Amino acid sequence: MKIPRLLQAILVLGGVYGGFVLVFDVILEQVIPSSLLNMYMFFVVAGTYMVFTFSEESTEQIVSPIKALVEDPSKKMLRNVVFVLLPLFFGWFTYQQIKPSFEAPLELRTIHPAPPAAVKVFGKRYNLLTLENPFRKFEKEDPEKFASLVREGGDVYVKNCQYCHGDKLDGQGPYAQGLSPVPLNFQDVGTIAQLQEGYLFWRIATGGPGLPKEATPWLSAMPVWEDFLTEDEIWKVILFLYDYTGYQPRSWEHE
Amino acid sequence: MVLLFGLLFVPPEVAGLDLIGLDGGVAFAAEDAATEAAAQADVASPYQPAPQLTEKDYPTFLGFNGRIFVWIAAQLHLWFAAFVLAVPIFVFIIEAIGMKTRDKRYDDMAYEFIKVSLTAYSLTAIVGGLTLLGLLVFYPHVMTYMTSIFKESMIFYALIFFAESACLYVYYYGWHWLQGPFKKWVHLTIGLLLNAVGTLLMLLANSWLTFMMSPAGVDAGGVFNGEIWDAMHNFLWNPINLHRFVANIAYGGSIIGAYAAYKFLSARTPQEKAHYDWMGYNANFVAIAGLLPLPFAGYYLVAEIYAYSQQMGITLMGGIFAWLFIIQAVLIGTLFLSANYYLWCGLGRSEGGVRYYKYMKYLAVVIVAAFLVWFTPHTLVLSNEELKALGGPYHKYLGPLGIMPAKNTAVNIMILMTYLSFLYYRRANKIAVVTWVKAGNAAQIALFVMACANIFFLGIYHGYFTNTVYKVAASIPQVLTTLLVIVIATVIDSMIYKNAKEVAPQRWGRVPPRSQYALFLLAVSFTWLMGLMGYIRSGIRQHWHVVDVFRDNSPDAFTPSLGYATNVISVATILFMAMVIFVFWLAQISGQKSETPGFWKEPGQ
Ligand code: HEC
Repeated sequence: MKIPRLLQAILVLGGVYGGFVLVFDVILEQVIPSSLLNMYMFFVVAGTYMVFTFSEESTEQIVSPIKALVEDPSKKMLRNVVFVLLPLFFGWFTYQQIKPSFEAPLELRTIHPAPPAAVKVFGKRYNLLTLENPFRKFEKEDPEKFASLVREGGDVYVKNCQYCHGDKLDGQGPYAQGLSPVPLNFQDVGTIAQLQEGYLFWRIATGGPGLPKEATPWLSAMPVWEDFLTEDEIWKVILFLYDYTGYQPRSWEHE
Repeated sequence: MVLLFGLLFVPPEVAGLDLIGLDGGVAFAAEDAATEAAAQADVASPYQPAPQLTEKDYPTFLGFNGRIFVWIAAQLHLWFAAFVLAVPIFVFIIEAIGMKTRDKRYDDMAYEFIKVSLTAYSLTAIVGGLTLLGLLVFYPHVMTYMTSIFKESMIFYALIFFAESACLYVYYYGWHWLQGPFKKWVHLTIGLLLNAVGTLLMLLANSWLTFMMSPAGVDAGGVFNGEIWDAMHNFLWNPINLHRFVANIAYGGSIIGAYAAYKFLSARTPQEKAHYDWMGYNANFVAIAGLLPLPFAGYYLVAEIYAYSQQMGITLMGGIFAWLFIIQAVLIGTLFLSANYYLWCGLGRSEGGVRYYKYMKYLAVVIVAAFLVWFTPHTLVLSNEELKALGGPYHKYLGPLGIMPAKNTAVNIMILMTYLSFLYYRRANKIAVVTWVKAGNAAQIALFVMACANIFFLGIYHGYFTNTVYKVAASIPQVLTTLLVIVIATVIDSMIYKNAKEVAPQRWGRVPPRSQYALFLLAVSFTWLMGLMGYIRSGIRQHWHVVDVFRDNSPDAFTPSLGYATNVISVATILFMAMVIFVFWLAQISGQKSETPGFWKEPGQ
């Protein structure tokens, strides 16, 4: 038996929606954010509409059952049911949307704001546009020295950072659950892998309070490490972060 | 001298001026600039350093918000200017095609295009004047400074503007007069001249606004070195030139497409319907042709902005403006979707198209999937519950879709699929007669498969398994793959379909009205998109009139919230659309005659 076009369209939409929920929420165990799912579905609906209406015949098949429902005298019973259910559905939907909730409002947080052109820490002024890690050069020149620097950086990390950023650098340290925004996951392709070392230096030295005011509230727990570490220690821990995760810092010159 | 002047948007600025949190950065730059400027002044340059303004230096007037005034006027001006610069480009091409093929329909269509743009031309000048006056009234010091540097090019601009008007009027009013073997050549030459002059105007105006973004030819204090070419040929000039040139063509096509749709929907006779359907198709073709390379031009521009200043780059793509890029992605996707939908609807023009109906759903799946990747944000909007459930602001599987390599891959695939829609459309009414059809088709399929594989490989391997240098670099071979496939497939296709048999006639006018709404959607999305992107381009200057040189200290110098900015742009879009409908309506009534028997005296009575 051939499934009617209208039903086909509804099945496609339901299937895609269910598919997203199934794949992300159940199989991969990483929920799909509802804001994103709504956006996805909006365009899936658009795409489905396009496929089902680009030809006259298909449009006719989609539209005729709807027309019949409204106009056909023999469908009176069904019509009455639909005309009662539909407004109720929209009423319920609207109610769900506007009913007060105890959720804190959504926040559009800019995780990587633009850095200032220069920053003043350790009593010095650093130009962030050109700032480089003074130890980076040893990676090629003196690999042994480099390895020991990385090791020292590792010590700094274990002593200071892993409580929040986790011993696997995945942002899952013992304190992480209690913080919002949560400590960042350095293993993710979206954090340090995208940044220059100068940017990290700025973020580590000045911590949460050093963030610009350009975005909404910043309640970051990231400490101001300028107060606790030396300049060299910061550069070393940066070496460690990249070394452990296997990422290269962002740079613009080809090597 | 008003055309395009409006491109000098007035910058939004960061509230409270404390952009940098710590007392570093920009404030330093400004201090340095001031001291250096003072030192420079002794050297007796005829040029002044950039003025250091206070709130009082920005006149207020009857409670008008100067910034919004200039913003909207400039935006309207830009839209109209883009339209009137673009139309002559493809009118020229269409006219040339008509001359070559001796098919008069092309000539008529070209004439109708230019007719629409003529009314728009005077509106361009009017809103340009409004922009200029707005700038003079609300930002006199900015204008003084800019004129002190660009005075020659501004006068030149005014003169060229005259030349452009002259060319346009001769081109339009002389259309029917300059017909025939020799005269047509003269006419085409005037068309070429018109385009040359128009492009020159755009280049000049672009140099002013790119100077404000990436100043050159001035020292840190803003003292001009006297070499106008240095100031014009600044870092971002050519990237913007390229981007605007391509975008204008796509934009002009989309507006003309909307015009054709408007005429199609109001047409009474089948002949009229056929004519406007054909016109809409051609306009859409121009729009898509311009649209396909646009993401690449945009990518080049952004890469250059990063190269000029990482700070500006991050403000643009990672900072507050990043959210607008999500809206941008959605709108660009909408452009692609409506363009494809229009092509698919067009399959129905010929009975032969039915053969290909079944493939469209696969194209749709790929295009929609690519589109979803294309607009997946890097930073997700999460409810607190979701944040907890994910254990962080990043999503393990969706997060990686948020960075550039994924987007580049998606957009290349989207472009290839759109092109494929077009290939199907071209074949709708034809059957190939050459003996090697099978081999030719196989070659094309192989080409597409290989291209997709290559794009995926580059995107995934270089995007996620190498460092950032290659991430950026990988986008170039991706683009080249796409372009190469388009060229080769076009060549193969035109060879296969050489002297092809027609299976069923192409019946112009036989498209559903829905397809025409796709054309409207295209024009509106384009307009809105340009408004948003223009705002971003200008907004990344933040609290500077001229970046790092001339500070904006007006009370309005803050970076507006997303809602505020999108509202202003939406209002401007509605205004523009209303004006465009007015232009369409004028073109409509100019062709109408009312019979009024008995109103006028009969001659001789
Ligand atoms: C008290 C918990 C805490 C500790 C301890 C801590 N951080 Fe953080 N860190 C955070 C939080 C929370 C964030 C995310 C919010 C933000 O961006 O400020 C963060 C962000 C960062 C970032 C920014 C990453 C990015 O992608 O922008 C870097 C780099 C960083 N931390 C490095 C370190 C280093 C190195 C140490 C040890 C010296 C450290 N952190 C110790 C809580 C902590």
